[in-house]
Amino acid sequence: MNLETFSFTIDDDGIAHAIFDVPGRSMNTLTGKAIGDIIAITEEVATNDSIKGLVISSGKASGFCAGADLGEMGQSAGGGKPESEMTEAELKKLQFDRGFSLNKTLRELETCGKPIAVALNGLALGGGLEVALAGHYRVAANDNPKIQFGLPEAKIGLLPGAGGTQRLPRLVGMQEALPLILQGKSFTAEKALTMGVVNELAPGSETVSRAKAWVKANPDAKAPWDEKGFKVPGGVPHRSPGAGQVATFSNAMLAANSYGNYPAQKNILSCVYEGIQVPIDAGLRIETRYFINTQQRPEAKAMIRSLFLSTQALSKGASRPAGFPKYQLNKVAVIGAGLMGAGIAYEQAKAGIETVLVDTSPENADKGKDYARKLVEKQVGRGKMAADKGQALLDRIHPTDSYDDVKGADLVVEAVFEDPELKAKITQMAEAQLSETAVMGSNTSTLPITGLAGASARPENFIGIHFFSPVERMGLVEIIRGKDTSDETLAKTIDYVLAIRKTPIVVNDSRGFYTSRCFGTYTQEGLAMLAEGIKPAIIENVGRQSGMPMGPLEVSDSVGLDTALKVGRQMAAATGVDYSSNELGQMMAWLVEDQGRVGRKAGKGFYDYNEKGKPDRLWPELNTRVEVTVDECPPALKQEIKNRLLVRQAIEVARCFEEGVITDARDGDIGSILAWGFAPYTGGCCSYVDLIWGIEAFVAEADRLADTYGDRFRPGALLRDMAAKGQGFYDRFPPAGTAASQAA
Amino acid sequence: MSEAYIYDAVRTPRGKGKKTGSLHEITALSLATQSLQAIRDRNDLDTRSVDDVVLGCVSPVGEQGADIARIAVLNADYAETTAGVQIDRFCASGLEACNMAAAKVMTGEADMAIGGGVESMSRVPMGASGGAWSTDPSVALKTYFAPQGIGADTIATKYGFSRDDVDAYAVASQQRAAKAWEEGRFRNSIIPVRDQMGGTQLDHDEHMRPDATMQSLGALNPSFAGMGGMGFDEIIKQRYPELEKIDHVHHAGNSSGIVDGSAAVLFGSREMGEKHSLKPRARIRAMASIGSEPGIMLTGPTYVAQKVLKKAGMEVGDIDLYELNEAFASVPMLMMQLLNIPHEKMNVNGGAIAFGHPLGATGAMLLGTMVDELERTGKETALVTLCVGAGMGTATIIERI
Repeated sequence: MNLETFSFTIDDDGIAHAIFDVPGRSMNTLTGKAIGDIIAITEEVATNDSIKGLVISSGKASGFCAGADLGEMGQSAGGGKPESEMTEAELKKLQFDRGFSLNKTLRELETCGKPIAVALNGLALGGGLEVALAGHYRVAANDNPKIQFGLPEAKIGLLPGAGGTQRLPRLVGMQEALPLILQGKSFTAEKALTMGVVNELAPGSETVSRAKAWVKANPDAKAPWDEKGFKVPGGVPHRSPGAGQVATFSNAMLAANSYGNYPAQKNILSCVYEGIQVPIDAGLRIETRYFINTQQRPEAKAMIRSLFLSTQALSKGASRPAGFPKYQLNKVAVIGAGLMGAGIAYEQAKAGIETVLVDTSPENADKGKDYARKLVEKQVGRGKMAADKGQALLDRIHPTDSYDDVKGADLVVEAVFEDPELKAKITQMAEAQLSETAVMGSNTSTLPITGLAGASARPENFIGIHFFSPVERMGLVEIIRGKDTSDETLAKTIDYVLAIRKTPIVVNDSRGFYTSRCFGTYTQEGLAMLAEGIKPAIIENVGRQSGMPMGPLEVSDSVGLDTALKVGRQMAAATGVDYSSNELGQMMAWLVEDQGRVGRKAGKGFYDYNEKGKPDRLWPELNTRVEVTVDECPPALKQEIKNRLLVRQAIEVARCFEEGVITDARDGDIGSILAWGFAPYTGGCCSYVDLIWGIEAFVAEADRLADTYGDRFRPGALLRDMAAKGQGFYDRFPPAGTAASQAA
Repeated sequence: MSEAYIYDAVRTPRGKGKKTGSLHEITALSLATQSLQAIRDRNDLDTRSVDDVVLGCVSPVGEQGADIARIAVLNADYAETTAGVQIDRFCASGLEACNMAAAKVMTGEADMAIGGGVESMSRVPMGASGGAWSTDPSVALKTYFAPQGIGADTIATKYGFSRDDVDAYAVASQQRAAKAWEEGRFRNSIIPVRDQMGGTQLDHDEHMRPDATMQSLGALNPSFAGMGGMGFDEIIKQRYPELEKIDHVHHAGNSSGIVDGSAAVLFGSREMGEKHSLKPRARIRAMASIGSEPGIMLTGPTYVAQKVLKKAGMEVGDIDLYELNEAFASVPMLMMQLLNIPHEKMNVNGGAIAFGHPLGATGAMLLGTMVDELERTGKETALVTLCVGAGMGTATIIERI
């Protein structure tokens, strides 16, 4: 055998040992080559009479296998160009055969008549776990704290396509298997043992010898489902009422939670429901058909690209300018100990960075540290953080009211109110303490960076570092380059963002930058609908059902209706609209100025809030001001509202590209998902245009919406040019560092 | 097309559909058999003239399985030449069975046919026949599957029926039912169920709660709030985004009861009636079935009533009596609201909230009830309809002769 990713030996007892060890990688993944090797090994074990059994293990300290190679898969997902000569039937057969090859091999291995055991020294996820499940016996390490098992495919729009949807339910029953596959959550070795996913725990160094011993002792091993009289634990729908209920409630939970937006999860349910009713060989064929169906959906390509490949690339600094050494951040100062500053300080300290937290008085600064204290207490209380680690974290936060303490900081994040004069003053006070190479960052969500840099003695060192609230839960940081910001400053800032384990996107200067500007369009469109007389419940329900985390009115309440009124007036003034005479302006003024309903912070806005700050109900008297003229929402109207809400955001994103605010489709997608929760199944705003619609269809729809609802939907010259050329965002604005961007 | 006449109708009383119910110890086959025997014996039928027996049954498994209609024909000692077929249109099965029997007469396929239904809910529980709708993800998700009670609560929420409104309707149903029994309005059609010795096992509807009041109903907990919280409210709001929350107003006291029972209705052509010296009691004016939105599920009666009225060339006001199965209080309330039907014309003798709803049999029971009521009051026309699972409606207009 000529293997690249496995070593293969046979011992004196005739027990073969295949060690999975993909060269040049720290972690095994199921590359095309690895799958080829598994096919070869299977054939060898099945046909070589001197082989009595097989043990599979890993040559990597990191674990067994992290699953499919999504880099490869991302290329093939979405269906390539159909082989033009083929009939549809031939093409479908080809697709099936390709998709089925690993399933077929693993099933051959499972039924080759010889015992197969798998030694799991560390994590086995996705395809890795599926390979392990095709063995007859699994021994997992009990001394590796990082060991974990799971089928995470659904999280990125895929389904386990190498037997996972068939073997896991047959091992543990539908009720336990479905949430694991649908949510993609990983579980520990102990849980795996309890459920029966692994058969034995042993010290990592002994997993292989235990597996060998088992193989030796069990020459007639079979999978449980190949034993006569096998019954699926918990039963099968239509043969057991309990299993029927599990199916019904699983369907309901998925429909309720995902609003039918995620085809992978629906297909997972179908795989399990249909596959478990038939023998496993038929079940595996059903799984492959649903796998291909899923893989060909635009959602799969969009989710793999954005939620996995792009997020991972950006989190490793893919957009960092090359040629600068990694920036060491020994000390970082945060100025302003309010909600944002306190959160930033906590995140820095958690990442091991000595943090100076400056405010106007020691008391105020210490109040900011209290925020970290509370977070630490909570986690220690829940056993999620060791007490000594918590204390060490807190010890790294140094509250002060003296700018002298800023001296020696490698980077400063100014996080005070959105007041340009105050920010200018602080910039000067901080810079007086800083070396010439230190970075001066401003955490602002809207104020143009170039303007703020005017106060700086070293505008090339000045940069926008836009955090999102609550800082400890929001994974994105929007980095804004001012006119004079240097590449070196950008590289240093990206190093800082990576050091505190957040995902950076890089944008150019403009009012509202990228995220604040685009995010606002969702709420604005919702408010426009309200002013039109669409029943508030319709706006809110369809907002959430479109995949947004909240309805637009609830978002407005969170931001604050007073803020929305102010922004509305500013925008109206800028565009020459008489805000006081239009329906929306009058309604907002009435809410804020007459009714005092300024949003969640006041416990009342569009919603009434309960004492926990959760929305209780939409304020019934809203309808005394806005007459509801649309109080029913049949499917066609629902689709129309959904399109308005999502297309409006994508149009604004396109304008940001057109104006050069943003230059990289990957930043556009990840920013839209992580900053304002743009429907994740679309892969983000750019992929929504490219994949869910297609550029030409999108432009046509935007034109239609513009004709019906106003020019805010009108596509600009950029979109028209893209449509004319058949270019999506990923063609026109390819991610930095990719082959496409170098060609462009 | 010839006319189809109703010559007779019988029904068993309805026993509580649980182990302590009077009919629990009587098989479903026996219930169906006794209705067929009664209709034969009351009319002195030579069953060789009965071409077919169509019986509705919603859980056709176990003892109700494998074409209970044919087995009941055999067990009732009908001529072996009489065919039998079991059909399932969920809650309208009994009426659909009658419509099919009537249609057989109209088309000349049969000269005489029996429609009816049977359901022993205490012996073959609701849902026993399984089915793909809720379990198979390929259909459950795209049709917004939710249990019927969620649909009933959704109707109440969407059309503005409060808990008090539906409870008041239920109290009225119980009072009407009690009065109807007191006055012996059902005397002609109820056949006592006989036990294994031939003694009387049950001779009255035993599910009724004539003492129900707003206070007693007010104490009952909503039945479907728990289901709603498990995801079904969120699902139904995907089809009806105009609803902020689902108001769970239905409970055991304003929904149809679970009961056992059977019914049979004799249809024939004019010639066959004359040949057997039978007096026609009513004639079929029109019949119809429709599909409606499956998520809310229970709005079909209004639409099928409109369709069947059109087929009959009639207006809403031309009908003297409406009988709409009280699956849940909001169902008849919705039809009254949408078609502007006064309560005085709707379910005049109470309904399934009081009597219970033996799924496969109810439609035939309602048809028989209307024949009796038209005769008792001297009125001319009645429209019988039921809401149906998965979003359907079936209706029949009859005219007294």
